[in-house]
Amino acid sequence: MGYIVVFGTFIAFMYIAFATRAKRADDFYVAGRRIKPFWNGMAVGADWMSAASFISMAGAISALGYDGLAYIMGWTGGYVVLALVLAPYLRKFGKYTAPDFIGDRYESQVARAVAIICAIVISFTYCVAQVAGAGIIMGRLMGLPMKIAIAIGVVIVIASTVLGGMKSITWTQCAQYIVLIVGYLIPVTALCIKMYGHPLPQLAYGDILQKIVAKEKELNITPLYIEPFTKMSMADMWVLTLVLMIGTAGLPHIMMRFFTTPSVRDARYSAGWALIFIGALYITAPAYAAFQKYVVLYDVVGKPISQLPEWVAAWGKVGLLKIKDAIELGGNGDGILQYKELDLHRDIVVLSMPEIAQLPYIVSALVAAGGLSAAISTADGLLMVIAAAISHDLYYKMINPNASETTRVILGKSLIGVFAVIAGIVAAGNIGFIVQIVAWAFSLAAASFFPAIVMGVFDKRTNAYGAIIGMIVGLLITIFYILGVKFGWPVKISPIAGIKDQGAGLFGMVFNFLSCIIISRLTPPPSERIMDLVDHLRYPKKLTDAHD
Amino acid sequence: MVTADKNDLRRRVDEYHKKNVLYIIILLIIWFIVSLGGILAVKTLNEFTFLGFPFGYYLGSQISIIVFIIEIFVYAKLMDNLDKKYGFYED
Repeated sequence: MGYIVVFGTFIAFMYIAFATRAKRADDFYVAGRRIKPFWNGMAVGADWMSAASFISMAGAISALGYDGLAYIMGWTGGYVVLALVLAPYLRKFGKYTAPDFIGDRYESQVARAVAIICAIVISFTYCVAQVAGAGIIMGRLMGLPMKIAIAIGVVIVIASTVLGGMKSITWTQCAQYIVLIVGYLIPVTALCIKMYGHPLPQLAYGDILQKIVAKEKELNITPLYIEPFTKMSMADMWVLTLVLMIGTAGLPHIMMRFFTTPSVRDARYSAGWALIFIGALYITAPAYAAFQKYVVLYDVVGKPISQLPEWVAAWGKVGLLKIKDAIELGGNGDGILQYKELDLHRDIVVLSMPEIAQLPYIVSALVAAGGLSAAISTADGLLMVIAAAISHDLYYKMINPNASETTRVILGKSLIGVFAVIAGIVAAGNIGFIVQIVAWAFSLAAASFFPAIVMGVFDKRTNAYGAIIGMIVGLLITIFYILGVKFGWPVKISPIAGIKDQGAGLFGMVFNFLSCIIISRLTPPPSERIMDLVDHLRYPKKLTDAHD
Repeated sequence: MVTADKNDLRRRVDEYHKKNVLYIIILLIIWFIVSLGGILAVKTLNEFTFLGFPFGYYLGSQISIIVFIIEIFVYAKLMDNLDKKYGFYED
């Protein structure tokens, strides 16, 4: 029955993709610029919410406590930055991609090439993680071997995107959002109704937090769940939050979603709608974590192992939960499950909630469908960036300006297919590393794209030299810091002020901005034509004047 | 004539842009306070409770997101008004 629910949703997606297929470049790359803010926001929401947000984030908060809120604030706060300093200007610029903007604003094919490389590297690693995530979900929930699950995921991704490019992607993402938010909210809302009689876990969990703390004190568990800076130093959490916010704004696949609205006004409102849809999940995630922790502390810990709730055994079988009471596993062998003897994988928080709330199996199937929708919707957006970077930014803008529209669209469609398969192959290989790399992708985005585009709009004096050197410096410093702190190569770096590798983007970003400012002023200013372009970017309306 | 029109436009855009930047700076200050500022002040804020939550935790997990959403719509509306005032409104 679970299969029916899951595959039923996929057939719906493929139907929508077919109904919205595209032949024209405008439709393929920017959905004809006809997506209203409400729907565009919804599509951004699905695009943004990846398998990680859906399955793992609540688990991360459960493990990290207050410090986990860095992810909540980081991944929502970024939309404010986007709305204020990026989206309206990108929309006014009006072309198709972020490398488009950088290439034109700095009148430089070198800048365009650097931007293309950044876009592909960031998007590809992110995409591999999504495909791997989809494989893991299908593997856990449907018992399929990873490689087969990944292959199915790749096929679905291709079927949802190839026919219509951005147009299909936008509409399938709206459908995927609905599936994912319903799948996410139902289990924890049901549990809240059971426990409190009302459907707002987001408000109820204040009480839950108090109960958690009471139990933790009783069982002598330290540190307390609500205590700040127990898993990260304050500096580390602060910098991580900042890097995630800026990185969010600097991710090419998110930037690309603001080219699809009809006007600059709509781009601004679209960011607001996006955050409402994203916020619905992000406000609920800490509630998930709290309710789950409560259940573990009150119903599982301290209980005899032979009398544990059913869901414990079920998820133990899948491998998301380990009981280490036996003496050879480090426990005390007394047949009772102490807190220290329980090992929980972070993915269990969301996946086990339907059973904890004693909901029928169809809800679990819905959660699986939700997680898969999240993974696929994100993979779609990322593949679009890669396909556009190669077919539009590289081929059309750099190699063959005479390429016909049909050629470009066919090339774009083929690239989606090719890279989906490549991502599948890489994902089937080495996974553990992937989650780390996604975190680094944020640092790279914050250190490379963000300063180049923001300075391009807000500072007329920034020229190609400043931007190119800024992007390269930002990238190199970030990579150097990550390698140095994480691997001690080529030079071992001890975390500055306690800032670990996930905060590397801060340094890259600062140096990128500095380079833009200083080097631009040491070299010739941009042409009058570019000054006019920047003026043009700064106001919404297309005026009918000749010099607009 | 073309040059005069162009300088006129440029002046209009410069004025408009200055006001835009002012809105952005104010909104980013608020953005900073509820998120990054909240992290710096969390231990003090946690001395208060709200709906059962330690207030610093509540600020980070809910108030910040709600403020972010409101800010974006406030910005969009402010800019609608600014657009109308300077003749840049799209309808």
